[in-house]
Amino acid sequence: MTVQDTESQERTSATGSPKAADGRTPVLQGKGLIKTFGRVIGLDGVDIELYPGEVLAVIGDNGAGKSTLIKCLSGAYTLDGGELSLDGNPVNFRRVQDARDAGIETVYQTLAVIPALDIASNLYLAREERRAGPLGSVLRMLDKGGMRDRASDAVQKLGIQTIQNMGQAVETLSGGQRQAVAVARAAAFGSKVVILDEPTAALGVKEGNAVLDMIKQLRDNGIPIILISHNMPHVWEVADRIHIQRLARRAGVITPQSHTMQEGVAIMTGAMTADGKDAKKIAAEEETL
Amino acid sequence: MSSTTTTGGARQSAAQAELSRRSHTPAQRVQHLLHGNQWLSPLVLLIVTIIVFSIVNPRFMQANSLSLLVQQTAVVAALALGQTLVILTAGIDLSCGAVCVLSMMIMASLAAKNGVPGPVALVIGIASGLLAGYINGLLVTRLNLPPFIVTLGTLSIFTAVALLYSGAESIQDNRLPDILNWTGNSFSIAGFRITNGVLLVVVMYAVVGFALSQTAWGRHLYAVGDDSESARLSGIASKRVLLSVYSVAGLIFGIGGWVLIGRSGGATPNAIPTGNLDSITAVVIGGTSLFGGRGGVVGTAIGALIVYAFTFGLSLAGVDQQYRILAVGVLVIVAVAIDQWIRKVKS
Repeated sequence: MTVQDTESQERTSATGSPKAADGRTPVLQGKGLIKTFGRVIGLDGVDIELYPGEVLAVIGDNGAGKSTLIKCLSGAYTLDGGELSLDGNPVNFRRVQDARDAGIETVYQTLAVIPALDIASNLYLAREERRAGPLGSVLRMLDKGGMRDRASDAVQKLGIQTIQNMGQAVETLSGGQRQAVAVARAAAFGSKVVILDEPTAALGVKEGNAVLDMIKQLRDNGIPIILISHNMPHVWEVADRIHIQRLARRAGVITPQSHTMQEGVAIMTGAMTADGKDAKKIAAEEETL
Repeated sequence: MSSTTTTGGARQSAAQAELSRRSHTPAQRVQHLLHGNQWLSPLVLLIVTIIVFSIVNPRFMQANSLSLLVQQTAVVAALALGQTLVILTAGIDLSCGAVCVLSMMIMASLAAKNGVPGPVALVIGIASGLLAGYINGLLVTRLNLPPFIVTLGTLSIFTAVALLYSGAESIQDNRLPDILNWTGNSFSIAGFRITNGVLLVVVMYAVVGFALSQTAWGRHLYAVGDDSESARLSGIASKRVLLSVYSVAGLIFGIGGWVLIGRSGGATPNAIPTGNLDSITAVVIGGTSLFGGRGGVVGTAIGALIVYAFTFGLSLAGVDQQYRILAVGVLVIVAVAIDQWIRKVKS
């Protein structure tokens, strides 16, 4: 009971910044993350915490460093500074494969699915399973039937009804179905964290809602999620906490309960700070100091 | 509430039924069929070709004519096999004929002029094909040069090396050890004369076909060819796959050099002047897409047979050889046009 109280207090507090008062360790934690591109600063000492079983949304204007942040978390970029830890243990990702091996799966905006290959092949791409016995060990034959069955299970676990035939080529699927394949792949192998980059951006209303249901299902299955999105209603619908990125820094962490969408956008654009102060007022105060 | 849902559901399914009924015109059905089986249209073309030429000249269908056709096809079929792997990755290998000749001249010269034992000369010759392919692969993956440019350059380089090394001199089969001439030996089955070289090429097709359809390497090759960036993000080491593809292609071209000795009765630097382009023609007619990620070795085998069926059939019909070249040119354009049409397939 006390835990819940602290948690709700934490959620409704003005900043929403995680105190971890109940002693929860973040699954994924970044401290003072720095990434530069030549003279351009992508990340300027960003902190991020992802707790077990939550959906953490990352919002921010274009160029605020959202993509840079998730690319650093998923191993696509190597950090120039700061510390990253997974389950409390420091990690250092040099390649996408390092993050994947550690249990962090990313669904990219481009989806990174291969159109010509079928759904099962896409789910198991680069981690194909071979047949048992000499057929697998000597002839290196793939266990196509087994992978197809397990792909079907993975898709069903997310409650995706629209995909039935695992032998269907991905290019014959609709945008929403392709998204579902990419999310199912991440969910099937992301044992620690799943990162979703703009999963609803290219979709219609109905398909977008289906993806939101999938995200909720995934969270209910116990996988913490980082969701990058421009779609504020979607963020406010599924997120437990919202990390606001602004000018290569973290402008604050809020919750859908503590702030309205308008306030969120105001923080994002710099019209307001996370603790509720009007930016103009602060500027005026600073001038008087 | 429940009744609304039911009617809504019923209406939707009725509309869907209408859509699915309407969307499949005969042309779209053909498109779907071809999309799933790229080798189907070349197979139809091959059958039509054989029927037409048999009507023009009944000698075409005789066992010894067909045996000769298959023997003539063997070397280009070997080149086209390696070429298929490269084209599936959205690359191209213009140097395949040059690599084949280089391997052939090295194994023949070593055995005939330097007194190297036959098997050793054979292994060194084939290994030099592998090395040549590896060099192509290194240039493509390490220097990030387009495959077209790399292999255009190595085409000249490997051709020059082959000529310099052999002194541009032919070596007759009587100067070669038995093992190098082995590919020219033949046996008979039901009136068909089959050379060991043809058999070797068939075995290579079986092995490569198996690797493409049944192993992770094959899947990765298709993935890299279809969308290399997505393949990379999915965790495939794209460059390593490419390097292996060019190397394996070089190995196949090297073995093709051995088959070429048996076919031409010795080692001659200009034994297969049209090999580079004929191999690409066979691959394209066989339904493999030049844009990568689509196609396979069955289509390529059929494509190679079509090219030589045209050559052979037109010469049996007493038609000027230039018409054969013209006909093959038309075929290439039609094949690529069909490929483009198939790619527009909708679900």
